[in-house]
Amino acid sequence: MNNRDSDRQRLFTRRAALLAGGQFSLLTALVGRMYYLQVVESERYQMLAEENRINMRLLPPSRGRVIDRFGVPIAVNEQNYRVLLKAENAPDVSAILDRLSMIIPINAEEKARVLKEIHGRKKFVPVTVREFLDWEDVARLEVNTPDLPGIDIDVGERRFYPNGAVAAHILGYVGTPRPEDLSGDPLLELPGFKVGRSGVERAFDLPLRGRAGASQLEVNAFGRVIRELDRQDGDPGQDVVLTIDMALQQEAMQRLGDEAGSVVVLDVETGGIIVQASTPSFDPNAFTEGLSSAQWRAVADNERAPLRNKAIAGEYAPGSTFKMIVALAALEAGLITPDTSFFCPGYLDLGDGRFHCWRRNGHGRVELNRGISESCDVYFYEVARRVGIDNIALMANRFGLGTKLGLDTPGERAGQIPTKAWKRAVIGQPWVLGETLVAGIGQGFITTTPMQLATMTASMVNGGKAVRPHLARDVVSRGTLAARAPAEYETIGINPKNLKLIIDAMGLVTMSPRGTAYAARIMTPGMSMGGKTGTAQVRRITLSERDRDGGVIKNKDLPWRYRDHALFVGYGPIEAPRYAIAVVVEHGGGGSAVAAPIARDVMTATLKRDPARLAPGANVAGLRAPGSQGS
Amino acid sequence: MARLSGTTTAKLTFRQKLLHLNWEFVLLIVLTASIGFAMLFSAANGNIDPWASRQFMRFAVGIVLMLAVAMTDIRIWLRAAYPVYALCLALLAAVEIMGSIGMGAQRWLDLGFFQLQPSEVMKIAVVLALARYFHGLEPEDAGRLTNLAIPIILVAAPMALVLRQPDLGTAGVVAMVGAAMFWLGGARLWQFATVAAAAAAAVPVGWQFLRSYQKERIFTFLNPESDPLGAGYHILQSKIALGSGGLFGKGFMEGTQSHLNFLPEKQTDFIFTMLAEEFGLVGGVGLIALYGVLIAYGIYIAFRARSHFARLLAMGLTVNFFLYVFINIAMVMGILPVVGVPLPLISYGGTAMLTVLIGFGLIMSCWLHRDTYINKRGGAA
Repeated sequence: MNNRDSDRQRLFTRRAALLAGGQFSLLTALVGRMYYLQVVESERYQMLAEENRINMRLLPPSRGRVIDRFGVPIAVNEQNYRVLLKAENAPDVSAILDRLSMIIPINAEEKARVLKEIHGRKKFVPVTVREFLDWEDVARLEVNTPDLPGIDIDVGERRFYPNGAVAAHILGYVGTPRPEDLSGDPLLELPGFKVGRSGVERAFDLPLRGRAGASQLEVNAFGRVIRELDRQDGDPGQDVVLTIDMALQQEAMQRLGDEAGSVVVLDVETGGIIVQASTPSFDPNAFTEGLSSAQWRAVADNERAPLRNKAIAGEYAPGSTFKMIVALAALEAGLITPDTSFFCPGYLDLGDGRFHCWRRNGHGRVELNRGISESCDVYFYEVARRVGIDNIALMANRFGLGTKLGLDTPGERAGQIPTKAWKRAVIGQPWVLGETLVAGIGQGFITTTPMQLATMTASMVNGGKAVRPHLARDVVSRGTLAARAPAEYETIGINPKNLKLIIDAMGLVTMSPRGTAYAARIMTPGMSMGGKTGTAQVRRITLSERDRDGGVIKNKDLPWRYRDHALFVGYGPIEAPRYAIAVVVEHGGGGSAVAAPIARDVMTATLKRDPARLAPGANVAGLRAPGSQGS
Repeated sequence: MARLSGTTTAKLTFRQKLLHLNWEFVLLIVLTASIGFAMLFSAANGNIDPWASRQFMRFAVGIVLMLAVAMTDIRIWLRAAYPVYALCLALLAAVEIMGSIGMGAQRWLDLGFFQLQPSEVMKIAVVLALARYFHGLEPEDAGRLTNLAIPIILVAAPMALVLRQPDLGTAGVVAMVGAAMFWLGGARLWQFATVAAAAAAAVPVGWQFLRSYQKERIFTFLNPESDPLGAGYHILQSKIALGSGGLFGKGFMEGTQSHLNFLPEKQTDFIFTMLAEEFGLVGGVGLIALYGVLIAYGIYIAFRARSHFARLLAMGLTVNFFLYVFINIAMVMGILPVVGVPLPLISYGGTAMLTVLIGFGLIMSCWLHRDTYINKRGGAA
């Protein structure tokens, strides 16, 4: 038995030893596997664990302000009070919404939207019930919060334009980024983030936008935020300083009133745009909150085009405001002298056609001064016939007409200056002489924008320098603002004597009793304005209409869209020109009767605020002097 | 500690038994369990409730039970082997009839004061019964096919019941413990080869009896990255937690994977992952080493025992303990499919804790009575 038992023990010992060896080999294998996971692959798993745990959340930067040349803010950020509902804190979401609607009205449609959003999200994610609450609603909600579990009031930022429609075309507005705006910047994909859509808001979007901050949040497996691990505050957007004077802008808008039109005032030396008014306008604040489709239709279908920035995108026949270009082309070519005169019987016959002067009975013998100050059409038919269309076009181009000015805000149009080659290429017909005559009085194929007309005038009165207009004091360079190089504009290369002849003639327009804008001269002592009126026909006047009783139909008897455009370009003061102005009133009637008085009033206001006229330290309407402007 | 001389077979007094208990073994068990309390404290984000406190109570009861089992004469255990086995089998059958539903499988029996998991206790009962059977067998008869019929039934019956619950993990452990006992008992190598071949042949048949979630777990185990948000989520998150622990871990209560709930079941099956996340390779290998010492101690006791019953019992229970440790750790590291085997002494769970401690009690009884001669029927010589 002892023997048998020892056999059994030997077998057991042998097999148990094998079993023990197996066990320890397997335990060693476990250690090896741990080494692989925790040392060899550790870095990869650490990264995965961090990815699990950390959620980056962007902190949108505060958008930069836009301020005028005197520091008046014209685009700011306003606090936006929102009502949020967190489902996990609300025992009965539907009942809470019903109770909430007793304080702020919530219609069935809104309620359905909120319920749907809550249904689709995790219970701890707040859903926006209502935005843009006024202070009264906020106060009432605050008082009632104990009865509204799950309801929270949250403060965000929204863009606000304190002047409303006054500078709408200059500033543009902000909106939700479109798919084509998405540049990979995650900020753009943030709910509620807005980008500039037009005007300054769009052109200066990058510096205004600023740099987003980031918050590193620790989240659990269900996405709930546990705590903030790290926070990098971003940089708020930069303030953009404009050359606009908001007080003058306001004056111009008011003066245009219900008309559809535009006023531009330029600093002839710097090119700074002081006024850029366009009517009718729109309230950019409505765009921030989102327009209803009815509101949108009302704006988009309006025949007076409130959305179009007429100052830079309105293309009109310049009419008689173009006559300086024609005269300069002839003077520079040596084809006329100031004394060259033509006889105006009230019309000019060319082949079968008769070309009328605006003055039915004619001006008699007319030389350069009277040709411009009394705006004799026959004089310019004769001059244009001698100069030829291509020379006129060249001169127009030198003054910035027919091409884009390279403004610092988007949306400008080029207008059109025809040549013989252009007509052949585009219309496919040869140029005829009659068209040169029509071009001589700024009609026919020629179109210009008010901004171009103001720039043209500025270049005439600043000694022939090719001034480039701009809205902002600074320029955008690699996404941030950089100081603009000091204005040293190249000369256009016109003989100063010829320029002086033209400027003097323009002075006679307002100062000579026979001048077309004599009635609209500035009578305030120490102030003056020279200029040129223009009336652009938008329809064809037939022979039969001319010959009927009463002659040509008066503007006021025509439907609005057939009436003439009223134009005026001017400068002031006459003795040392500093400002150039262009006024266009769509279908407003005569330039001298409608456009010139508006120009007079805006120019007077401009000259009143001219810092050169002020004693040092004096205040203009409570505003700081331009010397102290800054961001 | 003074030991009795090898030839002494006389009955020991209670005082002597208490004196000759291997207290260093008890200390190792307490140390391991304490690591468990600490991990449960961490799992509850620094609270002793709900897990650490209740686990400690169970451990306190269990350790007393363990000592009582250890002091009980080993011959009583030999005689009790079959009745205990029968009782456990009955409880297992009872689960089938009135067990409550939990985790998609019937595993618990509600005793009012305690949620009993009979399949856990069954593992010990199988070892006891097989040790009893092979003890009574002449050595040359052990390899005889006719003599293997009864032990095969002893293993197959509880396996069948556990599989019906269904609990693939426990069934596997019972099978493996059974195999170890056959091996130690003297079954022939060719017999193992035959069974292995038969089992391999049975796999395609058995596959059809698996529940869909069991099939899924096996698929997931084979390729966890295929479904990172579905069934593979647990394994993947467990590996991330382990791997991100690195050499020294993230610190006690600093495990991000466990505390932010990326890690599932962190207080039960995946507690080792949490330990390795918070204490790194150093902590994980330390615990494996501790288990290694406990296993080595068990094997040492098996070698020192004079009676075949004590040898088989000590070795079988050690293998059982080893299987818990190995399967659980291999499972959380993605080497084995997730089968729901707890980490002994550490995972939260009452029955597993009691079973493991009773197992250690029996091993210690083998030590105390290592020189006791036991005849075939269980009487003293």
